[in-house]
Amino acid sequence: MTTDPAPAPQRKKRNFALLSSRAGAAFLTPAGILVSVFVIFPFFWVIFVSFTNRTLIGRTALNPEFVGFANYLALFDPATFFQRGQFGFSLILTTQFVLASALIGQALLGLLLAWLIQTVPPTIKRITETFVIAAWILPEVVIGFAWFAFLDRDQGTLNMLLESVGLPPGDFLLDQPFWVIVVFNTWRGAAFSMMLFNSAFSSIPPSYFQAADVAGASSWQKFRDIGLPLIRGHIVTDLILITMWTFNTFTPFLLTNGGPSYRTELVSIYNYRVAFQDFQFGKGAAVGVIMMLINLAFALVYLSLGRKKAPKS
Amino acid sequence: MMNRMRALALGVLGMTSIAVPAFAVDLDVTCRCVIGGVNSATAQWLEEKVIPAFEAANPDINVTLNQFGGEDAQLTQQLALDFSTGAGPDITAFDGFLIPAFAEGGQLKSLDDLIGDDYANWEGWNHISPGIRSIMSYDGKTYGIGLGTDVRMIFTRKDLFEKAGLAADWQPSSWADVLDAARKLKEAGVEAPLQLNAGVAMGEATTMQGYWMALLGTGEGVTDENGKYIVSSQGVLDTLNLYKTIYVDEGLGDQRAQLLADGRNRSFANFRDGKTAMLVEGDWFYRSVTAPGAEFAVENRDTVMGWTKMPAQEPGKGIRGQDFVSISGGTGFVINPNTDAPAEAWKFLSFMMSQEQMTAFQEFQPGIRSRSDVPIPNNPFLTETSQTLLPLTTARPNDPNYNAVSSEIQRMTEAVVSGELSPEEAMAQYRTAVIGIVGEENTVSLL
Repeated sequence: MTTDPAPAPQRKKRNFALLSSRAGAAFLTPAGILVSVFVIFPFFWVIFVSFTNRTLIGRTALNPEFVGFANYLALFDPATFFQRGQFGFSLILTTQFVLASALIGQALLGLLLAWLIQTVPPTIKRITETFVIAAWILPEVVIGFAWFAFLDRDQGTLNMLLESVGLPPGDFLLDQPFWVIVVFNTWRGAAFSMMLFNSAFSSIPPSYFQAADVAGASSWQKFRDIGLPLIRGHIVTDLILITMWTFNTFTPFLLTNGGPSYRTELVSIYNYRVAFQDFQFGKGAAVGVIMMLINLAFALVYLSLGRKKAPKS
Repeated sequence: MMNRMRALALGVLGMTSIAVPAFAVDLDVTCRCVIGGVNSATAQWLEEKVIPAFEAANPDINVTLNQFGGEDAQLTQQLALDFSTGAGPDITAFDGFLIPAFAEGGQLKSLDDLIGDDYANWEGWNHISPGIRSIMSYDGKTYGIGLGTDVRMIFTRKDLFEKAGLAADWQPSSWADVLDAARKLKEAGVEAPLQLNAGVAMGEATTMQGYWMALLGTGEGVTDENGKYIVSSQGVLDTLNLYKTIYVDEGLGDQRAQLLADGRNRSFANFRDGKTAMLVEGDWFYRSVTAPGAEFAVENRDTVMGWTKMPAQEPGKGIRGQDFVSISGGTGFVINPNTDAPAEAWKFLSFMMSQEQMTAFQEFQPGIRSRSDVPIPNNPFLTETSQTLLPLTTARPNDPNYNAVSSEIQRMTEAVVSGELSPEEAMAQYRTAVIGIVGEENTVSLL
């Protein structure tokens, strides 16, 4: 903090300063260099590339030209914006995906699970937690493949189960690709919300609920009037975090490849296709910049909420 | 400190000058070939024949084969990234149509620049025709050595034709004949009688085996005689309408196979399992995909499987006024522009493409080879198809933008076969996209 050598008595007061500022700076330098090389430099590089027509192969790979806002204008071209396989379609699809799988699916399911396991015996609670968390910690490629095998029309486990109870089999990955990735992402991410709400519920003093029991309140009344109001802060945090994660998720690619016919092409997958399958680095960088701005907006909301909460507690 | 370093460097230099063989060179070779999987014969040839023979003759060079099991487009993606960052295998199998885009992007160097005299004086060039050499060339420079070329046709299941009451030596003379046969087969219980590749997932196989094979029958190509991309025309519309008839209106083909990520393998499985009776593919389908012992081997292939020429839309309406059409491509091997050992890489590549080794390849998989001193083996299928189809065939434009335009073609066909867009709408999207890639001055509208 201080740049000039402070007098001895003053330094004693600052018991948190373990190192001199010079030593602190020296220790920070390696991390600072790493962050600049791998985070800050690429950040500005992507912004720069988004104003060129750089490609990976072909003439413009070696001699990219400065094209101004052409990449951005192409992304927001009203004539093609809403077409399937274009940026606008993908953005709207991602919004629907976030609403359905994160805000409704993950948060609601997490809240429900967290509330229900408050009252069950500890053994059942632990088993439930284990299974839900397992879905969360398994490597993405493994569960992507497992779900693919589960949903396959001809050899899939789900269709075998359906047929064994006399129900007609479905062609889920092709007919309902959007709902497949919604259910998949809900299943995948509910564990985080559940754990967060679970610890939030545990922090409520049990006497509140005991008093409510004496007054003869139902479980729903306890949830609505005691549980929910006391964890409101946690809910907001949870919603913002899972919104950001779901907005950027790429795992549905493992199930559907963004298809069929771009029906599950979320912006992250769209970005990947433009940059690394069509090899258009310039346009891909422009998509990346827009995604960064959207994420920045989410992050600002999150940070400002955190600041508002701090003085209260 | 400096003195010690210098002494060490001198010592190392001295050692290398005396004992060169002690410092073995490692070469990595990649191909989309897996023993027991895709292009199994190529992998076997390299692993069992070429590499042991080469290492025996050159004890100071170690060669490792990476068997790449993914899709063509995935290998292209990996090579494009590797070659632009200085990584990647020393030698790799490569599809000729990508040479212009890679060469312009600096991901490949011409053999002239990379190898020099050893390349120019190679004995093999006396046995490789200029036409075959041009497959691996761009702008007058050669970038690799071709392994062979191919031709495209309709493969048929004679047993299913018989079941539907069609002649065993069926030869259609128009698209209508093909569709009629498909309808009869469908009535006879064949699930998805006709396979004409479409969609994004199949990559270049959609453009080559599907779109081109139909489009050439309307008398057009992807580019006109001046090399300008045709972005709207009756030929494009007719081709898209053919797709619509097959996959959307009449359900004569397996729509799912065009849309799913592993669709091409599904189409092969359909043919193997008797669910498809007509499949438009290259001779690779015969040589490798359905060969005995392969994953999609057809039982009793010699009696059950036939082939026929792809007809034009109507007789005489095909490209250059032809009644029948075909298109050829070719694959070969190229050298990584950033390889540490270009001389050794060339040594291996030229050894692999020597008369002796290429003749040995014929034992693993008979084919039309690039060297004229490697005889086409006594194989009725290859002799007949090459004699009949090579005079009819066409080549893709040797243009660095072709790969990007080809992706738009795949998108256009997918939009139609999924029922998402009408042929007119899909063509309008294609027009906008291609103008964005090559510029309006390099396109032409014929409507």
